[in-house]
Amino acid sequence: MFKKDITPGAKSKVKSSVQRTIRTKVLETYPLLDPYIEDILPKKSQLDLVKLPDRVSLYTLNTTPLFFQHMDDAILPHLGLVHKYPDAFHRLRIDRGAIRFVLAGASLMAPGLTSAGGRLPNDPEDTEGRYGGKELGAGEVVVVEAEGKETACMVGVLKVGTEEMKKVKKGQACEAGHYLGDGLWGLNLG
Amino acid sequence: MVTNVYPKTVLYCGVCTLPPEYCEFGGTTKKCAEWLQANHPSVHAKLYSQEAIEQNLASLSVDAQKRAEKDSQKKAAKAEAASARAAETRATSKILIKRIERNKRKYVTAVQGLEAFDLDIKKVAKDFGKKFATGSSVTKVPGGGDEITVQGDLSDDIFDYIVENYKDVPEDNLECVEDKKKKKADG
Ligand SMILES: [Zn+2]
Repeated sequence: MFKKDITPGAKSKVKSSVQRTIRTKVLETYPLLDPYIEDILPKKSQLDLVKLPDRVSLYTLNTTPLFFQHMDDAILPHLGLVHKYPDAFHRLRIDRGAIRFVLAGASLMAPGLTSAGGRLPNDPEDTEGRYGGKELGAGEVVVVEAEGKETACMVGVLKVGTEEMKKVKKGQACEAGHYLGDGLWGLNLG
Repeated sequence: MVTNVYPKTVLYCGVCTLPPEYCEFGGTTKKCAEWLQANHPSVHAKLYSQEAIEQNLASLSVDAQKRAEKDSQKKAAKAEAASARAAETRATSKILIKRIERNKRKYVTAVQGLEAFDLDIKKVAKDFGKKFATGSSVTKVPGGGDEITVQGDLSDDIFDYIVENYKDVPEDNLECVEDKKKKKADG
């Protein structure tokens, strides 16, 4: 999605009614953010909208990017926000071998998740329950962590459900998303 | 049991901007490691310990290791070439400080070419305005790049200010010129 470097477009203030809608939408999509929403997006704050190429809207608060959205698709968290509240999102894990591909902007493929180093929900190896016990459907927003790493390296939307992924074990797992070091990560918001 | 306090603070690399645990996948790994050692020695010790390195290798097949190694060498070479190119442009780029006559005895000073030196043009414009207590604005130049226009005849002051404050700009790359567009080609 942001494979190339991008220059931010026009920045505008978000109307307070729109800001309320965004807040509601965020909480609908990420209910686990509820305890922190007042810190992330205070009621009295002024959210800004920065236009990015290819009809992506980025919502920022005082130059901190929070969420982005392609047209009317799902609203996705910026990785900086994910790092602050890691367990407020559905998480998966890729094996070590897949990391360099993801960081180079390649699509996330199922084998990176279904291999021994990868993790999907209900993984017998996942004794802490970090990756949850609920299978996820296509279209769900997922945060992708990596084997041996503490922080997430990607945010994306599932192309196939996790149950099916475990059966088929091949093909693209995620739609192109936002990864560490991509144009969105490197964006200079002044 | 870990007690989680939110928001979590994540350390980011001062060189490549990623969390340091991902520095190994970029092209600047060496510089990243140096930065980490200088600024966060305890994190460096943990990430670059023998044990950590062995563990990383153990999770990949020999083949995958070889490919990853090759890949990271390629990346490092690319990053090096890019930084060499940037240094090259920096060495050959000129910053033009132009004195422009607006009305009789009224001047503005235009500064071009700052972008080659990795300067935040908007911030520089603000600094000029503050320093010289005058109007200072940024406009795009048709040929590409940005131009800062400062109200007043300040060529020499701006020259000195740049030399003094922006150490990355060699004095030789600064040039003051006069722009008298009113007298067209007075031959
Ligand atoms: Zn780094």
